[in-house]
Amino acid sequence: MKRKDFLQLSAMGAGAMMLPDFALFGKSIDPSQFLNDGMDVSIKKQLADVALNAARAKGATYADVRIGRYLNQFVATRENRVQNVANSESFGVGIRVLANGCWGFAASNRVTKEDVAKTAERAVAVAKANSKIGSDPVQLAAQKGFGDVTWKTPIERNAFEVPVKDKVDLLLSVNAAAMAAGANFVNSVILAVNEQKFFASTDGSYIDQDIHRLFPNFTVSRVDRASGKFESRKSLSSPVGMGYEYLTSTPGSKVPGIITRYKDRYDMLEDVKSAAAEVAQKLTAKSVEPGKYDLILDPSHLWLTIHESVAHPTELDRVLGYEANYAGTSFLTLEKLKTKNFKFGSNLVNVVADKLQPGSLGAIGYDDEGVPAKKWDLIKDGVLVNFQAIRDQAHILGLKESQGCCYAQSWNDVQFQRMPNVSLQPGKTKLSVDDMIKNVEKGIYIIGDGSFSIDQQRYNFQFGGQTFYEIKNGKIVGMLKDVSYQANTQEFWNSCTAIADQSDYRLGGAFNDGKGQPGQSNAVSHGSSTTRFDGVNVINTARKI
Amino acid sequence: MAILSKEEAQALLKKVIAFSKADECEVSLNGSEGGNIRYARNAVSTAGDISTMSLAVSSTYGKKTGSASINEFDDKSLEKVVRRAEELAQLAPENPESMPLMGPANFKEAITYVPATAAMTPESRAEAVGKSIKVAKDAKLEAAGFIENTTGFSAFMNSKGLFGYNKSTDVIFSITTRNQEGTGSGYAARGFNDVTKLDTLSATKVAASKANGSAAAKAIEPGKYTVILEPVAATYMLENMFRFDARSADEGRSFLSKPGGGNRLGEQLMDEKVNIYSDPFHPDLPASTLNRDGLPVERVNWIEKGVVKNLNYSRFWAEKKGVKPGPFASNIIMDGGTASIEDLIKSTERGILVSRLWYIRMVDPQSLLLTGLTRDGTFYIENGQIKYPVKNFRFNESPVIMLNNVEALGKQERSISVESYRSYLIPAMKIRDFTFTSLSDAV
Repeated sequence: MKRKDFLQLSAMGAGAMMLPDFALFGKSIDPSQFLNDGMDVSIKKQLADVALNAARAKGATYADVRIGRYLNQFVATRENRVQNVANSESFGVGIRVLANGCWGFAASNRVTKEDVAKTAERAVAVAKANSKIGSDPVQLAAQKGFGDVTWKTPIERNAFEVPVKDKVDLLLSVNAAAMAAGANFVNSVILAVNEQKFFASTDGSYIDQDIHRLFPNFTVSRVDRASGKFESRKSLSSPVGMGYEYLTSTPGSKVPGIITRYKDRYDMLEDVKSAAAEVAQKLTAKSVEPGKYDLILDPSHLWLTIHESVAHPTELDRVLGYEANYAGTSFLTLEKLKTKNFKFGSNLVNVVADKLQPGSLGAIGYDDEGVPAKKWDLIKDGVLVNFQAIRDQAHILGLKESQGCCYAQSWNDVQFQRMPNVSLQPGKTKLSVDDMIKNVEKGIYIIGDGSFSIDQQRYNFQFGGQTFYEIKNGKIVGMLKDVSYQANTQEFWNSCTAIADQSDYRLGGAFNDGKGQPGQSNAVSHGSSTTRFDGVNVINTARKI
Repeated sequence: MAILSKEEAQALLKKVIAFSKADECEVSLNGSEGGNIRYARNAVSTAGDISTMSLAVSSTYGKKTGSASINEFDDKSLEKVVRRAEELAQLAPENPESMPLMGPANFKEAITYVPATAAMTPESRAEAVGKSIKVAKDAKLEAAGFIENTTGFSAFMNSKGLFGYNKSTDVIFSITTRNQEGTGSGYAARGFNDVTKLDTLSATKVAASKANGSAAAKAIEPGKYTVILEPVAATYMLENMFRFDARSADEGRSFLSKPGGGNRLGEQLMDEKVNIYSDPFHPDLPASTLNRDGLPVERVNWIEKGVVKNLNYSRFWAEKKGVKPGPFASNIIMDGGTASIEDLIKSTERGILVSRLWYIRMVDPQSLLLTGLTRDGTFYIENGQIKYPVKNFRFNESPVIMLNNVEALGKQERSISVESYRSYLIPAMKIRDFTFTSLSDAV
């Protein structure tokens, strides 16, 4: 994940930076503007045709146009006050072309016939300038055109239609509950995103999509002035590909346990009370004894480990070296895939890539190069069986068509390979979390995601968490703190000895999966059930300055 | 044109302010033009040319503020955006921390704009990349790199007469070269306002020599080592510490909080060799001189001889604490010494040379404990000489602890953070007892 975006999006990050010109979003607009639909689709289609024709006239052999309107609403509060209500809109056009076998891209916020034609010509000029350096021509997998089609995130309640006052009231009631339960500080945030994307290509597609996402979250802190120590706990919510209905709790959506966790609906008020109680406990919790432990990882934690150690190394652009200068390459290689017996994890480990999953951040109708959403296996019975590819990479995997993983964060960014939702499949036999814990002699039960770091080939990682419980002889005996675990990806996934069944399956995720230069964020979900890993190295992270 | 001159920007902003009926109104205008090339496997992978401009209006009635923005610039659109901001302000909740706008101020002209950088074209970018790829091909290495140039302007005006304008250029370049076996990797990064200072050829040669030199690395035990951090490594590590915010310190939730309450202003927090400051007029790291609160942006010392000299107070927090607001960080500069990397190696009996760090994340905000890994050239030093390349390590270390363990500082260099791409002036540094906690197989 990108740290900078993480700071921007999470509750603690708001206002934490001191460097100037650190804007959350580019622009701000009246919320009422969110409810008008922007430019009419028929006009977008005309403009797209202007761009496609201009590109062809200058010698492009393929072109695609994205006319995008990106809306964000960010309501941020701390304790008893509203810090910021930021409404932003970004509208413009991005045009990508193939000319002389080379990609070119140009973008502009001016979306008139004259300007889109000029932008298309600039894109062709960029492609031609680069083709002089010399490289293998791009091989683009064929994609049939779909004509005029639409897709919309299946939301029940558009978050942008919910009055700002309702959001402020909810957040301030969450903060009040935290303070009443003994917290010293609380920051809470609701972030709503709407991508209105119109895509057209020389393949004959005119795709209009309306994509919605929501992320309510908080951070609760408690300070012990005398010792100068402080502890924090983040919310156990997830960013979701849903509307405001995510914040309407339903009885079946709660997972009871030592801490209540949440499935496809979230009770922010209940979670913050629990968080305030936990930070108080954490201040006096036992500092972990370093050593080997069996780890029981809740889906609210495990999603991030899946993201970093499974989803990233199976990105084909990393495998091939396209990310070598930034995010890095991958310990997974085409050779390992071809052997058909590379043991990524234990036999229990089945991982799927899925752009169709309802409620997930990655769910779409079509990707940003006109390919329909799909689902496929990455790891089958512990063995590596596939990667994630886009149109100009499909031939490398011997595929006739793309897997539909192309995405650009905005109209002014070029689209490239981004991960789909990547999820660990639940255990096939009935197993509850309680039964899993009963079999652990010396272990740690980790809930919530914390600090995360992994090397550039995805071998060595270190993860923290939000709340840690010590397990001794099958029982939870108390809270721990200062816990991080370090492991090697392949050893870790091969130490997987139990996965809870489907009834425990939940999605986690992030708005800020980072990759590319210039850096771009991708929103993605990762599902799992609670999972056990044996004999993992745990370190103690307490230091004094 | 997405880049307006000072006069054009001022005229446009005046027109917008004239539409305002609110108690207070603040308008900002930003535009940028630029392009980039990304390459990998010795060929261009993506490239773009991007132009954008936008206008944002904040209107305030009492302590209620609303904002709206637009990217159309005819008179009708300009009036519409002001009315929208005013409507939203009427609906907004009161912000008890809202502060009144400040009147006119004289901002000194920044030295951030260089015409040569603004004149870059798709062809000149391609030429710079072509040189880099040739070096890699000649050395039988695979290059992956990125070049991006941006020309931008930022202007604002408020209804009390405050106006500011800044124009800047920036070019960044980074290059990774790897050998064909995948056993060696090297990196170099450069960032300048002035593209004539950028030499993609020599930077690629540095990366190439690291790639060849780091092949066939040996594993040595993790533990505490004396390390020499090259500027690009030190920059990324220290970037996580550059938050000298008074409020979070006073609230008890920062590394600058004092046990028992208050902050560590005036305390000796680091080794006395450590001096960290901001200066928007430093010729090697010019920065914007603007401040929306109308307060001067000048040289300010944050850490002087290891002592915390200044913390940043927002206007609200300053009023609450009865102190002057500011000062502000325009950029971050750390003084160095005269020693070259070679000198630092020569004076080291046993240690590790770290070329670059990667994936640094906060583990504990209280102690600023960070974790991350070495990357792209890690070498074992014995008796003043590099002996052999070693496998990469994961570290768990706090920059505050690190700056208490300074053995020597090398020459200062402008380098970019490998994650934020911000530019800094940071020296190479020799640090004792740096904590490596595990080994990584990554190359």
